[in-house]
Amino acid sequence: MQINYYIFLSIALFVIGIAGVLTRRNAIIIFMCIELMLNATNLLLVAFSKMHHLAASKIDAATTAGTDGQLFVFFIMVVAAAEVSVGLAIIVMMYRNIHSVDVNFLNRLKH
Amino acid sequence: MSNSLNIVYLIPLLPLIGFLINGLGRKRLSKSLISIIGCGVVLASFLLSIWVFMQVKNGNVHVANYFDFISVGSFHVPFAFQIDQLSAIFLLIITGVGFLIHVYSTSYMHHEAPEHFGRYFSYLNLFIFSMLLLVMGANFVIMFIGWEGVGLCSYLLIGYWFKNTEYNKAAAKAFVMNRIGDLGFLIAIFWIISKIGSTDFHAVFSNTSKFTSADITAITLLLFVGATGKSAQIPLYTWLPDAMAGPTPVSALIHAATMVTAGIYMVARSNVLYSMSELSQNVVAIVGLATAILAATIAMKQNDIKKVLAYSTVSQLGYMFLALGVGAYSAGVFHVMTHAFFKALLFLGAGSVIHAMGGEQDIRKMGGLSSKLKTTYITFLIGCIAISGVPPFSGFFSKDAILYAAFEHNPGLYIVALIGAILTAYYMFRLLIITFTGKFRGTEEQKTHLHESPPAMTIVLIILAVLSVIGGFVGIPDAIMKGGDKFSEFLSPVIPVKHGPITSFPKENFERLLMGVSTIAALIGIIIAWLQYRRYQYKEPNAVGKFLENKWYVDELYEKTIVKPLNFLADLFDRELERSGIDALVNGVGKAVQYGGRQLRWLQSGQVGSYVLLMVISMVLFFVLQFFLRK
Repeated sequence: MQINYYIFLSIALFVIGIAGVLTRRNAIIIFMCIELMLNATNLLLVAFSKMHHLAASKIDAATTAGTDGQLFVFFIMVVAAAEVSVGLAIIVMMYRNIHSVDVNFLNRLKH
Repeated sequence: MSNSLNIVYLIPLLPLIGFLINGLGRKRLSKSLISIIGCGVVLASFLLSIWVFMQVKNGNVHVANYFDFISVGSFHVPFAFQIDQLSAIFLLIITGVGFLIHVYSTSYMHHEAPEHFGRYFSYLNLFIFSMLLLVMGANFVIMFIGWEGVGLCSYLLIGYWFKNTEYNKAAAKAFVMNRIGDLGFLIAIFWIISKIGSTDFHAVFSNTSKFTSADITAITLLLFVGATGKSAQIPLYTWLPDAMAGPTPVSALIHAATMVTAGIYMVARSNVLYSMSELSQNVVAIVGLATAILAATIAMKQNDIKKVLAYSTVSQLGYMFLALGVGAYSAGVFHVMTHAFFKALLFLGAGSVIHAMGGEQDIRKMGGLSSKLKTTYITFLIGCIAISGVPPFSGFFSKDAILYAAFEHNPGLYIVALIGAILTAYYMFRLLIITFTGKFRGTEEQKTHLHESPPAMTIVLIILAVLSVIGGFVGIPDAIMKGGDKFSEFLSPVIPVKHGPITSFPKENFERLLMGVSTIAALIGIIIAWLQYRRYQYKEPNAVGKFLENKWYVDELYEKTIVKPLNFLADLFDRELERSGIDALVNGVGKAVQYGGRQLRWLQSGQVGSYVLLMVISMVLFFVLQFFLRK
């Protein structure tokens, strides 16, 4: 498939994720949107790695050209997992204090 | 080069030390200690001046170089003192009369609190220091430092009783009018520097070929502008009568004997330049004569004892400038010396009267003081005779020298000057008669307080009276005694003796004739005053009298034509340029910063959501920028 399609899809997912982070009130939904953004970048990385591999294997059949892209995706997933665990812990603390997961209550940063 | 005269730096240094000690220690020292220090340093300077005079008399003239004051490129101004005949004479006058006035002040000012007493003496010492710098300077710059210094001290001393707003205004008026003259002096100095490259008297007076005649005229006229400010000539004389707000010894020292003679000194010192410009000499003579007559007419109708003496000073200074203007420089300096004696005497005598009257200065409230204030009366009488120019008192010799020189130059000048001499005798004896003779016109309380002044004051009066009598004998003209004019002879290395044109009469007899005429003129003035005022009762003056009493309305004229427009202009600048312009700009910057800060504060809402939005926006902008930069 043409790389353009993957790029458009990835951008669309990313922008939807950003829009969700900026506009949603529920903290857990915001987390989901963050995951969406991360996955959008994962998609892009994998697509480009395949593209480079295909292009390189035309010259040399046993090439390892596109592997770093896919490897990086693993790293991103690990980071995402760690981040989600920390973030959910914060949300749990927040709920314990104000019994809600509405992020509009997070306006104390100016004190 | 080592010359015993190199120690003359002590002469101004001692009063400067006196100024520092009395000024800084005025809250700690006692009045007697302040008096001793204040008078002692001037006495020491006087003794040194006597020694200097002896040295100069033996022919030891010297320029003592101390250090480089200004050194810029090829322009050098050394801090140097020039000791020659002219400065030696002025040194004696300044330190001698100054010392006597210091002693007088210890008694006159004894009512003051110790702190203010110390302040007074420190200012007096500072004044002596500045005046000494002025006359000893070897170049125009050092002279100018002293020039400014005496102007400053005049301001400080006129406004000595600083709690009175009127006195402060008088002090400010004196200082500002002085400054106007100083501008002329400064421009003259700059002109000299641009043509000669140096301000040293030696350099300037021996290189006059580097000046064009237009240069000389301009420089001498500008120097004269400075002199009109300092020596109270038309048009910058109105500060001097107002300066009578200061203590009487200050009026005696500064506004009679020394500061106002600074202009005379400057012109006499620059006689080489003035002799080269006929126009400047004529201007000097005419302005001097006009001032002499104007001031004499005003003095005739004044009712404050010090104001009469103030206008008398302005008038006599006019005579000195007349002398300088007709080329008789040594006669002008001679009159400076004799005038210092009798004018200081008159002022100090007036101080004695004011002291006895408990502060009253209006002569309409005096009268008949001769019986209670004998010494004051006799010395004041001697002063009046001296200033009227009656022989053999000192004023006769100096004034006659001036009149004779004026006649040689232009008989018209002589006639007018003679009329001025009659007026001088008239107003001085008017003052004497109204103040000291007749019936006492004051209050009963004042009458009981009338007493002769303490010895510190009367002894000074006596000394000055003796000097007023014998002071003229150093300048006896050839017509009376051959070779008697020791004064001009002494000054001749600095001031070339003038040889006037031969008149058709044999010179000597003619001079004797003129002397007789001036004596008769003085006597006429005295007799008219006696006839008019011996039975004195104050009457409202007629129209002419009112015009003279109100000083020809010159102050009002200046107020309307100069002061009001200047104030208007200053207000305009204050409103438009200062407040609406510069202040608005500077405050506006501050206001803009505050506004910006207030608006930027909204960014810190504390809402995490808006922070995230901002992060996203900035990242997008980043990428867009990268995109365009790569392109």
